[in-house]
Amino acid sequence: MTARDAIVVGGGLVGAAIAHGLRGQGLDTVLLDEGDVAFRASRGNFGLVWVQSKGFGAPWYQQWTRGSAGEWPALAADLAARTGIDTALQQPGGVHLCLSEAEFDDRAARMARMQAEAGNHGFDHRMIRRGELDDMLPGLGPSVVGASFTPYDGHASPLALLQALHRAFTEAGGAYIPNAKVTGGSAAPHDFRVETAAGAFTAPRIVLAAGLGNADLAPVFGLNTPVRPQRGQILVTERAGTILPMPTTTIRQTGEGTIMLGDSMEEAGFDTRQAPPVMAQIAQRAALCFPWIAELNIVRAWSALRVMAPDGLPIYDQSDRFPGAFTANCHSGVTLAGAHARLLAPMIAAGALDPVLAPFTAKRFDVQTAA
Amino acid sequence: MFRPRPDARPATIEVLVDGTPVLVPAGASAAAAVLLAGLPAIRETPVSGSPRLPLCMMGVCFDCLAEIDGVANRQACMVPVAPGMRIARQHGARAARP
Repeated sequence: MTARDAIVVGGGLVGAAIAHGLRGQGLDTVLLDEGDVAFRASRGNFGLVWVQSKGFGAPWYQQWTRGSAGEWPALAADLAARTGIDTALQQPGGVHLCLSEAEFDDRAARMARMQAEAGNHGFDHRMIRRGELDDMLPGLGPSVVGASFTPYDGHASPLALLQALHRAFTEAGGAYIPNAKVTGGSAAPHDFRVETAAGAFTAPRIVLAAGLGNADLAPVFGLNTPVRPQRGQILVTERAGTILPMPTTTIRQTGEGTIMLGDSMEEAGFDTRQAPPVMAQIAQRAALCFPWIAELNIVRAWSALRVMAPDGLPIYDQSDRFPGAFTANCHSGVTLAGAHARLLAPMIAAGALDPVLAPFTAKRFDVQTAA
Repeated sequence: MFRPRPDARPATIEVLVDGTPVLVPAGASAAAAVLLAGLPAIRETPVSGSPRLPLCMMGVCFDCLAEIDGVANRQACMVPVAPGMRIARQHGARAARP
């Protein structure tokens, strides 16, 4: 049994970003990863660093997301300096394409409400009509009537980010333990123990970042994380010369030239299979946005399971019963990596979540249960 | 390096490999024509620029991607030759054409 300053359960983007941040705070940290039987949402991530659609009716989420996008350049530079890995971060702004006047009007209303909710924090955005949009994006389809734009959006490579976080963590002295699914544990205030296939570990802090696995783990540590799987599918084209200057909500061109097409939101439990009807919808919408995409071959496709709370927002908590036990849950492991590594990890190291994270507590679900 | 077997069918179909006429037997693949033409490479890979020639000849490795009759990224080993077929080199990623 090994004693540490902190245990992080979950080696995906959320856990690795937090572990990297905790190591940066000087904590002796162990990162426990389940292994390749895990659902691995991080491997299926679309790769947006996305702000504009986040936090409708929940301005604290909009702020947290934008804060993360703001931390991203420093995170990418830090990871590149430590590991030599380029996370392919680009933040040129992004658009949400509207394929009808009704979509455009809905989007305009939504963006206006988000600006109102943002108050003094502001929410810089524009609704752009087709004429101007033609100067921004190549070969739009006839059904595109306009788009919303915010300057905060961008994208990055999820796999490069995951590799860079792991390498930076281990090279700084962090202990990464693979094939270490947590099989049991016990909790007391500032005194935690977990058993895994790779041994037992103890620490005064524990962070549950095990994605969908958090639902079962949380009660052991005095926490509540009612997360469910939501399936998303992605299609990937062959590489093409750089043509898209910025990402859209569902279409982005990677640094190496492939064009990724997303995304679906399916309630299918833990079923990760793909089926042609949804793939056809994804391809069809992409071809309506950019008809020339239909000329490109699809070379890969996959599905992954988002980690969704009942209201779709992240859950961040520290246990009241067992202080020192924290949890982080979200479906935006890439977008929120900047916040997790550079804002959340220092809070966990200091022993208390900042009040800006108070609205993300799972206690928000208790009211509905009581009613 | 690459020669037809002595018992091969006669080379009767003329195709253009990188602009040069090459005679190949009926039923041969475009990748075979590329090898017979003796090019140093049929393409350079999009990310690292590494040169490539046909390798597996059975549709698996994708090293033989070429622009055939104006269509980019075709697997040359899976395309039978036809008279006058134009097989062109690719340099890096194909272009997407809006």
